[in-house]
Amino acid sequence: MRVRFDPRTVICAISGLACLVAAFSAQAQMAPSVSVPPVPAAPVPAAQPAPVTSVDLAYLALAVKRTLPLSYLDQPPSDEGIQGARLALADDETTGRFIHQTYHLTEAIQPDEAAVLDAFKRLAAAGRKIFVTDLPAALLLRIADLPEAKDATFLDATSEDDMLRAEGCRANILHLLPSRAMLADALMQYLAVKKWRNILLVSGPEVPDKAYAEAIRHAAAKFQIHIVQDKPWTYDPGARRTDTGHYAIEAEVARFTQGISYDVLVVADEGGNFGDELSYRGTDPRPIAGTQGLVPSAWARPFEQWGGTQLQSRFLKQAGRWMTDRDYGAWMAVRTVGEAAARGGGTDPKILGAFMRGADFELAAFKGARLSFRPWDGQLRQPVLLADARSLVSVSPQPGFLHQVSELDTLGVDQPESSCHLE
Amino acid sequence: MPSRMSIRAPLAVLLLIAALVVGAARPAAAERLLVSNEKDNTITVVDGRSLAVIKTVRVGARPRGIILSKDGKSLYICTSDADHIEVLDLDSLAVSRTLPSGPDPETFTISPDGKFLYVSNENDNMVSVLDIAEGRITSEIPVGVEPEGMGISPDGKTLVNTSETTSMAHFIDTASHEVIANVLVDSRPRVAKWTSDAAQVWVSAEVGGSVSVIDAVRHTVIKKIRFAIPGVATESVQPVGIALTNDRKLAFVALGPANRVAVVDAQTFEIKKYLLVGQRVWQLAFSADEQRLYTTNGVSNDMSVIDVPALKVTKSVPVGRLPWGVVVAP
Repeated sequence: MRVRFDPRTVICAISGLACLVAAFSAQAQMAPSVSVPPVPAAPVPAAQPAPVTSVDLAYLALAVKRTLPLSYLDQPPSDEGIQGARLALADDETTGRFIHQTYHLTEAIQPDEAAVLDAFKRLAAAGRKIFVTDLPAALLLRIADLPEAKDATFLDATSEDDMLRAEGCRANILHLLPSRAMLADALMQYLAVKKWRNILLVSGPEVPDKAYAEAIRHAAAKFQIHIVQDKPWTYDPGARRTDTGHYAIEAEVARFTQGISYDVLVVADEGGNFGDELSYRGTDPRPIAGTQGLVPSAWARPFEQWGGTQLQSRFLKQAGRWMTDRDYGAWMAVRTVGEAAARGGGTDPKILGAFMRGADFELAAFKGARLSFRPWDGQLRQPVLLADARSLVSVSPQPGFLHQVSELDTLGVDQPESSCHLE
Repeated sequence: MPSRMSIRAPLAVLLLIAALVVGAARPAAAERLLVSNEKDNTITVVDGRSLAVIKTVRVGARPRGIILSKDGKSLYICTSDADHIEVLDLDSLAVSRTLPSGPDPETFTISPDGKFLYVSNENDNMVSVLDIAEGRITSEIPVGVEPEGMGISPDGKTLVNTSETTSMAHFIDTASHEVIANVLVDSRPRVAKWTSDAAQVWVSAEVGGSVSVIDAVRHTVIKKIRFAIPGVATESVQPVGIALTNDRKLAFVALGPANRVAVVDAQTFEIKKYLLVGQRVWQLAFSADEQRLYTTNGVSNDMSVIDVPALKVTKSVPVGRLPWGVVVAP
């Protein structure tokens, strides 16, 4: 349980408005170089004193042991996701201090599926209604379909599954990260703008690789990008570390790309098993994009725009590592709850859930746009970054792709094509 | 100007000159415009009359917020990545002094007596109070997440600070340094501007796409101004800079990537007109006589000049890369 006891909030509950000033002076006295006189009688603002109310959230996750990627440089962190939720909790609490709201986050990160189910039932029985989740699609649906989940809101912080936004969509689930369809559209829009219209699609053998490749095929058709060849990567990656292994890899990639005329190689390798080894080794000098090279993503390490530096540095300070997509998804999930509580005028989970889905909800998430949920499938509409390991290249939607409702809806499955109709 | 200081002209002559200047309706007679270029690490100095660039001055890393000293002799510059404030001497056009600012200063405001700078430190949720003469930070005031816009009341008694992630305007008593009220506005508030009569504070919300007009006594939002421009996506409407005329009749709002400045009737809050300017219009400044309004356009790397009585854009002046702030100096 990560429940914080703040003595100031108790005082606030008793004395009403004057506590606001008290909370500030308490803070100020903690700061070093400040000498603050005793608290003066507060000039009373016009608003009525309000009792402190509490927003209770739960973070429900299945701890997944991720396989070692090809490059040993970026090891998957064990606290991915939850660190983003913790940072957003601190942001929510800062706002809450000014408007008489406190936030409590119960962390339930479980080792197996049965334990996740148990934890959910326990939390639901204790009255929790808002869940930020980091769960595989099938488990998320199993929980969301339980009778105890009927009035709950699930903020899916980490999945990119298109299925969860289509035939697997649920009225009680909202999705924070862009779907694979949105990522693929973001990349294809950029290729269309660059007039790099011929791609070689290379997909890995894993299930997520196939889903990513399928999203690329769909997006390519949508933005009139021609897939000149659609090839599966069949070489067994074998042992990751071998002396002088680079000779074999270079020969494999050169053979694989020989005799094909294309502008960009688009790779679908979500596990990072071979994609990093495609650059510089092909027969023709062509850039790599997709899951490696130029990557469409919700968040990226080189991203610094629209105040993004602030979030990057706050996260780095808290977690001691860089923010990943999954951290960012969890940060947005907990901030979504904070925004709904601050603006929806309450802490009742039912009202909060309705407010998040409503037309008045907006989330600022360092993307230079206001983000909101698509009412038909619960997906957060948002710009998608295009970045390589060291620099931000572009941000989609690209200028010129127009939409009658929101240009952000040029990314992903739009309402007319969607098989999900929650509205 | 030393020459101007040394001439002891009889008062009558001075008055005559003043009358001629006003009579001829020459805007911005001897004014200079100072523009901070965030990407170039420079300040561009432009002649207010000819609109020709006089000089480009190299300063510290990432200059953003700029403000004139009360005696008009210096320009204070938030050089964000250098983590300090630089003082540009406007006679020699050289940096004469460096002041501490706390980490990552983005923007600031100056007390009416010219003695203090109130600096927002984005990185540590603080407003730093800087004693200019002593050259040291005398106090720090804790505020919301990512403090940004700063506006001080004409009497200097109340400071308004906006916090971007908390989405609030914090009203701070400058004597006690206590926060006396918090007003929730739309997402990512950027700029806070007081009306000349201290009755209202106008706060722009970049991501929220609105301007909240706050009653400065009751601390409540009395009007939320929204902008709808035909043919422009609503996401592109991102209000940042605000300029209010002294007679409180007109307000100008820079709408960021919508590439327009909205002209608002400051009494009825109705939008009168949208003026097409350069790309990603950011901050605004009037000439002293309020005949002209200057805008910084971050993406097109220029400054637009608006004829205020005619409400027309008359010229664009190329400056450095990513122009951020603009100030008019006598």
